[in-house]
Amino acid sequence: MATPEMAMTRRDLLRMIGITAGSAVMYQAMAGMGAIKTPPKRAATKLEGSVHGTSVLILGAGLAGMVAAYELRKAGYKVQVLEYNARAGGRNWTLRGGDSYTELGGETQHCQFDQGQYFNPGPWRIPYHHTALLGYCRELGVQLEPFVQVNYNALVQATGYFDGKPQRFRTVKSDYHGHVAELLAKATSQGSLDKEVSKEDKEILLESLRYWGGLTKDFRYTMGPQSGDRRGYAKEAGGGLNAKPEYSQPMQLHDLLASNVWQNLIVDGAYEYQTSLMQPVGGMDMIGKAFVREVGQVIRYNAKVTNIEQDDRGVTVTYQDTLKPGAPQVAKADWCLCTIPLSILSQIPIQVGAPMAAAISAVPYLASSKVGLQFKRRFWEEDETIYGGISYTDSPLGMLSYPSHGFGGTKGVLLGSYTFGMQAFEWTALSAAERVRKAVEYGQQLHPAYSREFENGMAVGWHRAPFTLGCFGLWSDEARKDHYDNLCQVDGRIALAGEHASYLPAWQEGAVLSSLDAIERLHARVRAGSRA
Amino acid sequence: MKKMMFILLAGVASVAHAQVQGLTPSTGPSQDPAFIDMRHPEAVTGETIFTHVCQGCHMPQGQGAQGAGTYPALAHDAKLASSAYPIVMLLNGRGAMPPIGQALTDDQVAGVVNYIRSHFDGIGADDVTAAQVKAMRPQPKEPSP
Repeated sequence: MATPEMAMTRRDLLRMIGITAGSAVMYQAMAGMGAIKTPPKRAATKLEGSVHGTSVLILGAGLAGMVAAYELRKAGYKVQVLEYNARAGGRNWTLRGGDSYTELGGETQHCQFDQGQYFNPGPWRIPYHHTALLGYCRELGVQLEPFVQVNYNALVQATGYFDGKPQRFRTVKSDYHGHVAELLAKATSQGSLDKEVSKEDKEILLESLRYWGGLTKDFRYTMGPQSGDRRGYAKEAGGGLNAKPEYSQPMQLHDLLASNVWQNLIVDGAYEYQTSLMQPVGGMDMIGKAFVREVGQVIRYNAKVTNIEQDDRGVTVTYQDTLKPGAPQVAKADWCLCTIPLSILSQIPIQVGAPMAAAISAVPYLASSKVGLQFKRRFWEEDETIYGGISYTDSPLGMLSYPSHGFGGTKGVLLGSYTFGMQAFEWTALSAAERVRKAVEYGQQLHPAYSREFENGMAVGWHRAPFTLGCFGLWSDEARKDHYDNLCQVDGRIALAGEHASYLPAWQEGAVLSSLDAIERLHARVRAGSRA
Repeated sequence: MKKMMFILLAGVASVAHAQVQGLTPSTGPSQDPAFIDMRHPEAVTGETIFTHVCQGCHMPQGQGAQGAGTYPALAHDAKLASSAYPIVMLLNGRGAMPPIGQALTDDQVAGVVNYIRSHFDGIGADDVTAAQVKAMRPQPKEPSP
């Protein structure tokens, strides 16, 4: 028996959500409540005026760093970029056949995907309102295609309910809305809402509930043509003889509530997940590669930053060439834009004031884990008519997503598991090979063809990524209040940028916007200095 | 409003979703030793938390890891001689270390601290109690949502 002290209470749970899921979620909540009043700037402003060969050293060649390099060079700055990895892009990253990846702990995976197959371990979708990022895609010729965020035929699995059978998103959504509409119609008809709703509105409300919920003439949600039009049919409509559709039986409201499947219904409701979403054709790193075409010649790879100093005249950064251990090297510039993730920057000696130093140490990183699995046959399309989109399960898998591209092809790479938070830590604590095995094992519960068609996989647990030590900066409300502005202020000759310096945590748009904002402020200082 | 927020948060981001699944007792799949048994979250021990959460970064033998940044080794860590240090790190987090203790009971935090202090090279003892942890928990400035 659990004592009250030992049991994880709902209060603990709520606090946990507030603390460890605060950021992304809070932004959404705030945006939803209209608390974010000024629309953020969504595109680069031209940096005007002569800068007399002023130099800027950029730390990190992820999107934030490369956006800055690109814009600063256009404005006439001398730019150098130091990057820890042997590639640019940072979390803007795609794994393809022939790639290898060594995570912390030393395990190396060799990607065996077929030509043309890929997996995005990091960001994988771009909402239509991330206009700064989309603007660079346009400017740099990165081709985009639709990303299927919502698939009504994808699965929702609640283990322990519905006889263990995964349900369709379509039926869960239709039945939840239908039952809620019926209840609300009942309350309305019985006069329970008379204080809130005028007589005229009441009639319209009832009509709208019937329309919204798929109710019958007498406001019931039950098996028949109206619910069938939403949840689909037991036997599909056909042509010729024996073509009449057969209606399907809605689930019970109790099961919908008790199984928690309703938690998945907001996948198309939250602002960042409202269609349209997009993905670059060929992999998310097409964006990073497009920037490399512009600024690749100023990036120095395999450079591990070990010290950051500044004085009145400039910035001095010490780094180690990770391929040639030996004497540390030094890079100097008039200014520095540092995009190193805070999980790492908090461990590097950096000469900034106490407020920025405190801010750098105040942000833990959320855990996230992904597994990409190649299958020799697109059984999800061929056997189950699932084309793109996301399935949800309360098994350890979390989410499972089908490729939004290459419909009707032979092979395909699924996102076999996508988790956050505590669940992602559990995946990260497994070896990468074990993660792949477990993703196949649990995927089998959703798709019978799984183990038969599986070929190979790759696993990325972000806390084991040597270049980030985590997925993204997880700001609590309190930390934001105390530290966010201090993190974003220019400190002497150093400014920081990255998704961690934005209100769009984890999103590439946050990295881009924070970078644009930081370099505009740096540029203003440079211009002010040159006029002085 | 707070209740509504919870509902919104719980569903929206897969982020919150994962948390809900991660901590609520569930009727989920029969126990798989690879994952924490969420049917009985209160029964999860310090050792299980280490092997299923902490070792993701600190590594199975507590050896830590080195990339662009470092995960400190717990083996031969002189700082573990003091029990207060790991308790504070678990409860408050710092830098790359998340305040993971905030998702755990006092008993579980004590269990993790005792596990890491008595394993690897056994530098410390395993005598931390839940009461000690409780006393060191940061008090929220305002009621939790």
